[in-house]
Amino acid sequence: MVSGLINANPIVYEKKERRTRTAPDDVNEYAVEPIDQLEIFDHLRDIKDPEHPYSLEELKVISEDAIEVDDKHNHVRVTFTPTVEHCSMATVIGLCLRVKLMRSLPMQYKVDIRVAPGTHATEAAVNKQLNDKERVAAALENPNLVDMVDECLAPTFA
Amino acid sequence: MADSTHLVKHIESYVDSSSSPSQQSASLDAITALLENDVLTIEALVREMEMYLTITDSIIRARGILLLAELLGRLASKPLDDASIRSLIGFFTERLADWKALRGAIVGCLALLKRKSNVGMVTVNEARAVAQSYLQNLQVQSLGQHDRKICFELLECILDCYPDAVVALGDNLVYGICEAIDGEKDPECLMITFHIVEVLARLFPDPLGPLASFAADLFEILGCYFPIHFTHPKGEEVDVKKDELSRALMLAFASTPLFEPFAIPLLLEKLSSSLPSAKVESLRYLSYCSVMYGADRMAKHAETLWSSLKDTIYNSSQPISSLETEPLDGMGFQENQITTEAILLMQKVILQNDGLFISLIVDDEEIKSTINSITSFKNYADIPMQNKKKLYAVGQILSVSAKASIASCNRVFESFFLCLMDALGLSGSSGDSHPEEDFEFSGRLKYGALYLCIELLAACRYLVLGFEESSVTVSAHEKWCCMLQSFCYSLTETLCCTLLTSTDKDIQNAYIHSGVRGLQILATFPGSFLPISKSIFENILMRLMSIISLNFDKAFLWKLSLKALVEIGSFVDNRHEADKAPSFKGIVVEKIVSLMSPDDSTMPLSLKLEAISEIGTTGLNFMLTIVQGLEKTVFAKLSESFVHGNVESAESTVQLLECFSNKLLPWFDKIGGFEEVPFHFAINIWDQIEKSTDFSIGLQEKELVGATMTAVKLAVANCSEESQSIIVQKAFNVLLSSTFSSKEFISGTTSTKLEASQLNHGLNSFPCRDQWRVSLFASVIIALRPQTHIPNVKAIVHIFLTTLLSGHVPAAQALGSIVNKLPLKINTMETSDGCSLEEVLDIIFSTSVRTSDGNGLLRRVCGTGDGSDISLSGLRLSNVNNSLLHIHAIVGLAWMGKGLLMRGHEKVRDITMTILSCLLSDSDVGALSLKQGPSKDSTEQDVLAVMKSAADAFHILMSDSEACLNRRFHTIIRPLYKQRYFSTMMPIVLSSVAKSDSPITRSMLYRAFAHIISDAPLSAILSEAKKLLPILLDCLSMLSEEISDRDIIYSILLVLSGILTDKNGQEAVVENAHIIISRLLGLISYPHMMLVRETAIQCLVAMSALPHARIYPMRTQVLRTISNALGDPKRAVRQEAVRCRQAWASIASRSLHF
Repeated sequence: MVSGLINANPIVYEKKERRTRTAPDDVNEYAVEPIDQLEIFDHLRDIKDPEHPYSLEELKVISEDAIEVDDKHNHVRVTFTPTVEHCSMATVIGLCLRVKLMRSLPMQYKVDIRVAPGTHATEAAVNKQLNDKERVAAALENPNLVDMVDECLAPTFA
Repeated sequence: MADSTHLVKHIESYVDSSSSPSQQSASLDAITALLENDVLTIEALVREMEMYLTITDSIIRARGILLLAELLGRLASKPLDDASIRSLIGFFTERLADWKALRGAIVGCLALLKRKSNVGMVTVNEARAVAQSYLQNLQVQSLGQHDRKICFELLECILDCYPDAVVALGDNLVYGICEAIDGEKDPECLMITFHIVEVLARLFPDPLGPLASFAADLFEILGCYFPIHFTHPKGEEVDVKKDELSRALMLAFASTPLFEPFAIPLLLEKLSSSLPSAKVESLRYLSYCSVMYGADRMAKHAETLWSSLKDTIYNSSQPISSLETEPLDGMGFQENQITTEAILLMQKVILQNDGLFISLIVDDEEIKSTINSITSFKNYADIPMQNKKKLYAVGQILSVSAKASIASCNRVFESFFLCLMDALGLSGSSGDSHPEEDFEFSGRLKYGALYLCIELLAACRYLVLGFEESSVTVSAHEKWCCMLQSFCYSLTETLCCTLLTSTDKDIQNAYIHSGVRGLQILATFPGSFLPISKSIFENILMRLMSIISLNFDKAFLWKLSLKALVEIGSFVDNRHEADKAPSFKGIVVEKIVSLMSPDDSTMPLSLKLEAISEIGTTGLNFMLTIVQGLEKTVFAKLSESFVHGNVESAESTVQLLECFSNKLLPWFDKIGGFEEVPFHFAINIWDQIEKSTDFSIGLQEKELVGATMTAVKLAVANCSEESQSIIVQKAFNVLLSSTFSSKEFISGTTSTKLEASQLNHGLNSFPCRDQWRVSLFASVIIALRPQTHIPNVKAIVHIFLTTLLSGHVPAAQALGSIVNKLPLKINTMETSDGCSLEEVLDIIFSTSVRTSDGNGLLRRVCGTGDGSDISLSGLRLSNVNNSLLHIHAIVGLAWMGKGLLMRGHEKVRDITMTILSCLLSDSDVGALSLKQGPSKDSTEQDVLAVMKSAADAFHILMSDSEACLNRRFHTIIRPLYKQRYFSTMMPIVLSSVAKSDSPITRSMLYRAFAHIISDAPLSAILSEAKKLLPILLDCLSMLSEEISDRDIIYSILLVLSGILTDKNGQEAVVENAHIIISRLLGLISYPHMMLVRETAIQCLVAMSALPHARIYPMRTQVLRTISNALGDPKRAVRQEAVRCRQAWASIASRSLHF
């Protein structure tokens, strides 16, 4: 493992206020509420950074605008921005995002995770690794990695 | 000394450093007891201890001295003779030099010095000797924390109790103290040192005395503690709070004016620091110190103080958004705190030396330039953020200066008011003689000038009100008053114009806010002090009213204007403004009442009602006028809807009535003592009903009936017993004048026979008018107090029984209220038509109803007369009408049962059994269907409907009702009646379930069970959880078929979740874990109600906390089902599903592979 922190002193941004959805008074019992950006963002915002006790939202690693959802075609794409270009934690963050969405979305959903273009030194490699299901599955066989991921995801289930 | 051996043992045990602390304190207690009880004298003790007090071994000596000292401390209230005190204090004073055994000496001195004169105290000379020895021998800063603390306590004690003794020490003392406290860091010690400095300063007030020469040194020591900054981690136990410490230091700072040359510069320096807490602290200290140091000393700092204050206010003001909307609470708290402290400080310094400080403010270039720059912007939108901030700051500064005193107010007005008026383009006029021509208003006002002007107005109103409280009258000839007066008219006109010249919405809001506020301030200047003439006051009211009545499309303006009117109204009412009240009433109240007239249709009714109820709450006088007006409108509309069947006016009547029952009646209820209003309302409604003989509106206007009934109920409930009796009598007479006047009802004391032909036609058989009458009469009866006398109860009961059987629910509720409130026994000497509960019940249960079915048989719906044996044995069902009748009868029984149940009457049992027998009547179906083959289907459905209504009767019995039988309507409620009913019913239902063999009966029993359990208190259910849980789960699966049962499902699920989450229910839950889980899994896909799915998943989350071994086998199944819920149409369900999935996945391995 790497000794020392990769980004020792990240900029911490303010958390966005939680938008509470206003429920209409006469709720139609059978109306469908589609999965949307905010819902996905709510799943992801509290994931803890692997290095710091801050959430990905606070570090602006993910934002609401960086999530694309197509509910009809069951497709989600999350674009995240590592705090520094050479961040070796990018794959771990990506893995966390993927695991969280795997656990939170219906099975038919396809999830794409990618690094925002131009924000990481080995962008292509990271993207490839994150979207290769064999490699993701293999990573999740690794107890150390699973522990790490679970630790990062813990706050999102609170 | 008999105890001398004991004593020696105790002394040895204390002195011995190897004995445990508890032993030591035990021996201390023992010796204290000896001394307290005079078994031992101090002299004897000292003699006994001689060896320990003088031994060369310093450890033992220290313990010995400490023992003596501690003992003295415990004997604080025991009288000692002077000689002993003399020798003891001499001894301890001397011992202060013995640094190896110091603690005992200090404790001893302290104990002796603290003694009160009535038990023998130390003399002044001795105290001085202690002080001298202290100064000579003690190196306080080299001691440990506890020793330092008691040293400081000793010093504090000497200064507090023997000031005369130490004053003479002079320089020596001050120097010694400086030395002792220098560099102290412990919070507890600091608390004492700060106090020592405070007392010291009091001892040497002389500006040439010893303190003066040391003031610089002393302040140097003190000054470095400011601002108090704690580095202790939060978790650590610190007895001293930061605030206390800060306060102690502040008192020390302010203790003597001699500190002024050092303190003020320090505080001003810290004020310019960037740390918000330091700013707040320095502002606080400055406020306190400047008062203590006095005006003369502060004068030389005024200039620097002003400039730093100005900077602080300029830079710390909150975002300008507060101008447009209400002040935002909780936003930028720290910033606001700085501003408030700064404002407080400014208030103090202005009050202290107003001439000087005000000149500084008035002549300040920056303020002038800010005002100039701000007034040069034409429009609100043009003002840049930075300037808005400045504007806000200047507003605050001017407001504080004007608020401070009359003189300062004059100065501020002289310097700024004219220039502001110029900026607004206004010219003054003398007195009230205004040219009558229309006020010319061109272009847009300069917002900055408007804002500052309003701030000034607010400030002088505050000033005047403050003076009124202290009963000093402000002369109306003060300079500022004259100025204000001369501009009053044009200002009012201008403000009014601002409200209406609207362009852009956002910009407009800022103007509207200021404009309305300005008008409100002008209108609420106290009358005794009158720059505002009556005509201007009325003008303002008229303008605001015209906004209310014409500009209702501008929501913001409308709301603010209404609020302003409400403020003005309550001001006028609270202060008994004799000449303003009639104006307000004439212009506002009457106008608003006239708005209610039916032919005025410009304004939406909901807004009218909002305005009317808000204005009404400002004062009783206004409210009474408004209620009258409102009532008039209500009755006009009512008669319109009755006579012409006008649907539209029926709708507005509903709104009016709702306003009446939701806003006005509760207000009268709150202020109390005004029962005439509801009383008149109720009486008038009945008059109205009496008058309208011809109803063209049908009962299809359900809402109108409902609203009228609610209003009547609430009105009657608010009345006293006497008024209620009058209302009932009146209502009864009106009722009798209709169909119900037939002799049968009035004389009907024995079994009355109702013609079923009438009943069979159901509701339609009564004319509409009668239905209204019965409904309203039922509302009156529902709301009566138990003590109110009801005339001719028997006849009333008959009327209700008849209507009830035609399916009129209010009649059933009224019957329920009657049986709930009737007295058990009645004094027969009273009126002849009085009736006790027993009699009424007899009537109810003996009523038989003749139905005209094919066979012409007498059917007994409610069973026969002897009360104890109510049964449906004779009941056979043959046609639709009869089953309908039957259902109505059951509903009626349920409401009456509820009335009895709530008062705890035992007859409820009979009613319950009757209902239950209806529920179980399914055995008849088979027999019947055999007889009448062709009509089997319809018959079976009828029976089902009856059974279902019987099951639902338990819902009526158990649930709380808004419409009747609640506290608001004076119901007699026995405590814990639900719990009691629950525990009597459960065994019966459970055994019936066990006995029943047909699935239909069983499902009906489950239904009844569900109703009972969902309204029962959880604690009662928990104690029987084991027995109930299996049935409850059966209910869930049985009832989840029908879409109409979803509310029942939900309430049972809530009961289940109650059991799951309570630890008393755990045992039963663990036992049934598997079946509970599989039922819950079934409900996850319940399509008809989102709440059911959500709650089921939440229950599953709770289940995941059960013992591992118990739930593990279900894990795979749960995870598989719950993953389907991730795709649920509803968001809330999906969210719960994510949590639930995680909870269940993590009970075994945390891997993704479930």
